[in-house]
Amino acid sequence: MQQTIAQKIIAKAAGADYVSPGDIVTCAVDLAMIHDSGGPRRAKPILERLGVGVWDASKIVLISDHYAPCVDAESAAILKLTREWAAEHNILNFYDQQGICHVVTPERGHLCPGMFAVGGDSHSPTGGAFGAYMFGIGATDMAGVLATGETWIRVPGTIRIHWTGTFGPGVAAKDMALKMCAELGMDAGDYQAIEYGGDTIAGLGMMERMTLANMAAELGAQTGIVEPDETTAAYVQSAGADPGDWQAFRSDEGADYLTTHDFSANELEPQVAAPHSPSNAVDVGDADKAHIDQFYIGACTGAKLNDLEMAASVLKGRHVAPGKRLTVAPASARILAEAMRNGTMQIIMDAGANLLPTGCGACAGYGVGTLAEDEVCLASTARNFQGRMGAKTSKVYLASPYTVAASAVTGTITDPRDLLGDAP
Amino acid sequence: MTLTGRVWRFGDDVNTDVIAPGIYMKSPLQELAEHCLESVDASFASSVQSGDIIVSGKNFGMGSSREQAAQVLEHLGVAAVIAPSFGGIFYRNAFNWGLPAIVCAAVNGIEMSQRIEVDLAGGSITNLDSGISVASDAIPDHLMGLIDAGGLVPYLEKKLKD
Repeated sequence: MQQTIAQKIIAKAAGADYVSPGDIVTCAVDLAMIHDSGGPRRAKPILERLGVGVWDASKIVLISDHYAPCVDAESAAILKLTREWAAEHNILNFYDQQGICHVVTPERGHLCPGMFAVGGDSHSPTGGAFGAYMFGIGATDMAGVLATGETWIRVPGTIRIHWTGTFGPGVAAKDMALKMCAELGMDAGDYQAIEYGGDTIAGLGMMERMTLANMAAELGAQTGIVEPDETTAAYVQSAGADPGDWQAFRSDEGADYLTTHDFSANELEPQVAAPHSPSNAVDVGDADKAHIDQFYIGACTGAKLNDLEMAASVLKGRHVAPGKRLTVAPASARILAEAMRNGTMQIIMDAGANLLPTGCGACAGYGVGTLAEDEVCLASTARNFQGRMGAKTSKVYLASPYTVAASAVTGTITDPRDLLGDAP
Repeated sequence: MTLTGRVWRFGDDVNTDVIAPGIYMKSPLQELAEHCLESVDASFASSVQSGDIIVSGKNFGMGSSREQAAQVLEHLGVAAVIAPSFGGIFYRNAFNWGLPAIVCAAVNGIEMSQRIEVDLAGGSITNLDSGISVASDAIPDHLMGLIDAGGLVPYLEKKLKD
């Protein structure tokens, strides 16, 4: 029987030759990624109650990112508990305030094609960019995985999203993701597996694929997967891991899809999503000229190295508009180091940005950089639900790093192509 | 298993950021619960009573994986959540906390504050005010097992002992 990549990975993890969509199977977990918010502080009392340790410390990656940096006694205590738990359970793959889990995990070589992986965070589909079946679960589910090394899954059907063509300068994968949210809706994924394909996807680098896979969460899918290719294998190798038999993890010709959606990148415009849903995305020219207080380039979705480079390409030789603030939180410490080495950070700082430590921080309203009552933010993040970035009356617009940077320069929502074509 | 309760009615796409707001996520559960759904219905957290049932539009619980979204509802005494569809992670989290998440396409006739009776095993929901019954999807056996055990932790506790 022909299978999609999702079926192949789940079948392997379930110890079966074939699985059918709708089957409920128990899978062995190859990788469990946890963070400081949903990880040790939630798992510790559960494991103690069950009287067990972790099933395999080598298959656990622990990352402190949500409460990093700590801002008060409560968040400091969460980070301390996380460190102590890592030591107690001998978790060697522990990254303390080194960046956001979805970025650090592949960056440090923990993700490979064909893996069945779970993450204690809803943006875990990001791992799908590497040809892994990776999805988010809650903390108690995760504690069950940590105790037993397995979890149940209802085998999803696969939704194919096919992109053809090439987008122009000033347009990015983030615009593709917002476009899909607007066209398909927040529940189009129906907790099935999305498979991204077509020549547009094949031409994207890993960072851009991560943005697409990441926002499969906003489409309501369990994961968003990109079939591994030479680009994937090269990245995995450069991260110090063995991509293994990645060619085995591709969908068979004639495999069954629930549905296929076709998109063209040729005509894609920069997108802006108004509060309070990514599905409110419209072409930048149709976006309202909202008052914006804070411009934010951050999060797993929007502060990877290429995201910072997009912002710098717009900011070069320019300055943030008077009375506005551009806040930048790189997605990992390694990304920040590289952006410092290649000149990207210099451009961003010369433009008047303020730099936050790496972490999830403002995106989820957890730490630094959050919004006050009635403040409005234009962000390169994934989610703009009500109150997401702080006070419950605050508002968030979403766009690509290009559009956030261009808008920070003018002070209002701006088409980045107007600035890219007219470098000072 | 049959539940009878008063309805809290919500719309589509109620997300976990409004059920469990991020700025209170490091606070004790009681404090987080006080802000549950406040941006959607400011009276909910203070007025909800043990045994009440949430009936919502599609895609309830979309977004963040924070299981405190299910936990605060359980903590506030919500007996079940009924919706045409759920955010996939919330759906799992609900059962892990012993909170039944019931898929029912025909929620349109159910209004705020009405009383309903939910037959979990039989797959039906009866509006005790209007007398109208509608079918709901059967809860899969393995998830019913979690409800019977009181959630995933007691379920695993028993399984690991056996």
